[in-house]
Amino acid sequence: MEEQFAKTEIRKPENIVYKKTDLMVDRPLSYCPGCGHGTAHRMLMEVLEEMDIADKTIGVSPVGCSVLAYDFLNIDMLGAAHGRAPALATAIKRLWPNHFVFTYQGDGDLAAIGTAETIHACNRGENITIIFINNGIYGMTGGQMAPTTLPGMRSSTSPYGRDVATMGHPLKITELISHLPGVYYVTRQAVHTPNHVRKTKKAIRKALELQKENKGLCFIEIVSNCNSGWKMTPVQSNKWMEENMFPFYQLGDIKVDGKLIELPKTS
Amino acid sequence: MGELRLMKGNEAIAEAAIRAGCDGYFGYPITPQSEVMEYLMAEKPFERTGMVVLQAESETASINMLYGGAGTGKMVLTSSSSPGISLMQEGISYLAGAELPAVIVNIVRGGPGLGTIQPSQADYFQAVKGGGHGDYHSLVYAPASVQEMCDHVKLAFDKAFEYRTPVMILSDGAIGQMMEKVVLFDQVPRRTDEEIIKQCPWASNGRPKTRNHNIITSLDLDPAGQERVNLKLQAKYREMEKNEVMYEEIMCEDADYLFVAFGLSARICQKSTDLARAKGIKVGLFRPITLFPFPAIQVSNVGNRVKGILVVEMNAGQMIEDVKLSVGCKVKIEHFGRFGGIIPSPDEVVKALEQKIIGG
Repeated sequence: MEEQFAKTEIRKPENIVYKKTDLMVDRPLSYCPGCGHGTAHRMLMEVLEEMDIADKTIGVSPVGCSVLAYDFLNIDMLGAAHGRAPALATAIKRLWPNHFVFTYQGDGDLAAIGTAETIHACNRGENITIIFINNGIYGMTGGQMAPTTLPGMRSSTSPYGRDVATMGHPLKITELISHLPGVYYVTRQAVHTPNHVRKTKKAIRKALELQKENKGLCFIEIVSNCNSGWKMTPVQSNKWMEENMFPFYQLGDIKVDGKLIELPKTS
Repeated sequence: MGELRLMKGNEAIAEAAIRAGCDGYFGYPITPQSEVMEYLMAEKPFERTGMVVLQAESETASINMLYGGAGTGKMVLTSSSSPGISLMQEGISYLAGAELPAVIVNIVRGGPGLGTIQPSQADYFQAVKGGGHGDYHSLVYAPASVQEMCDHVKLAFDKAFEYRTPVMILSDGAIGQMMEKVVLFDQVPRRTDEEIIKQCPWASNGRPKTRNHNIITSLDLDPAGQERVNLKLQAKYREMEKNEVMYEEIMCEDADYLFVAFGLSARICQKSTDLARAKGIKVGLFRPITLFPFPAIQVSNVGNRVKGILVVEMNAGQMIEDVKLSVGCKVKIEHFGRFGGIIPSPDEVVKALEQKIIGG
């Protein structure tokens, strides 16, 4: 009883300094504890709430771990076939030009099976926002090699490590699409520390504000962990991500105001 | 009476789409149907009615653009020919699963594989029996003239929204390419966004604070839930079978023999019927206009009155399976087909009737 009373006390409006946005549906997420998806979802919804555009936003979810994103995001959504989210978003934006349209996709969805749709939506300069979660692995199907799996990195389909001679190199699709003239803003962020979360949220806000101005395609990559797929604890996986993923997938802006940013050479 | 014009079948599809109030066309060039998008781009419906026309990067992208547009309640169309339609099968299955209204035109060419660019009816199975994965059907219309190419577009849109289902117009390279006179129906105004929101309360086009969020998906991980989805789809198909069957009977009343044919083959058989009757053979023609739902009872009624049936198709024998299932085994039923892009002549068909049915 006392505990219940305490909770009610805290919920007094004047005592609230931060709360979960109403744009997140009140239900448990299907993601593994420690996964970055939940944070990425929340940042996106917080931005929609702050911009007060939820009623004018249409989201497209992928196939992958975030296939059920539509169950958690309290906005109108469409679940796309594997890799085809940018095609859906293209049509939606053209048919509803005053709405905000985004796709939310993982690395297998966006950079393997959906490469053509990704590149062509970018090349047409569709006025949409693409949120790309890169954790270097197929999470939902159980830890197989992704197009973004690092050289030497183990997965269930590269059990001895990714051999680039036979399995190909990790695809830096974000750098690739940044060279297309239809793409206006490209940035790579993370959500594993409060500082990174703040930067990601800022990037999402910027992308949606640019969408309002019809500037062209905005692309936000979020490098995230997959503690289950990487077979690590959440803490270990975040450390491993900093030490191994970030040197290869360097964080920061890649293209701003339609102009490429010179990045220092990566390893 | 509407405006009278001389048009190619493919052009009639495009003009009918604009006039039906279509919101968006998404396609990829392929012979023998490229005139559909060419006509649209030249006609600039974006200026005439505000209709969007977009050349996609592939048929895979086109059909998924359709899924995106349909999921928001817009009236969307794509067209392609056999190999392109094969690429679209995944998307059509998703449209059926998510119960989305969309119209897909297949201007069939000969196959398998890259096949030929000449006309064929070899995609009957694919169109009628599902095509993609899972238990589903598209509503399938088989126009036999340029006039029907035009009329079926409007009908297809109406039925797509009535049943929330993908509808296919199964034509072929000859009807797509040939020119005939066509009476065009008057322009139907495109629905406003407000009208769409009202007409399609299920669509994902922005959640107002007054309702829960809409989700367009074909996924239900719970087997009981997925079975419910399937039962709902099956109930819808039974409704279509009850209400949507369309067919034509030509000189069937006194017929001793019967041609059963759809689309272009039916046009050829119409001539064959005249030729045979001039020779004293009393033959009639039964033409299914909807291929799914198939006019099973109707063809059985006519079929069981005659001495023999010749199913004429530009394929190796596909619709004949449905004719046999419908008519049963009391009547002799044979198939005559040419394939690979060859169009049979009316004489050839009469000869086949004489050899396979009358003499056989």
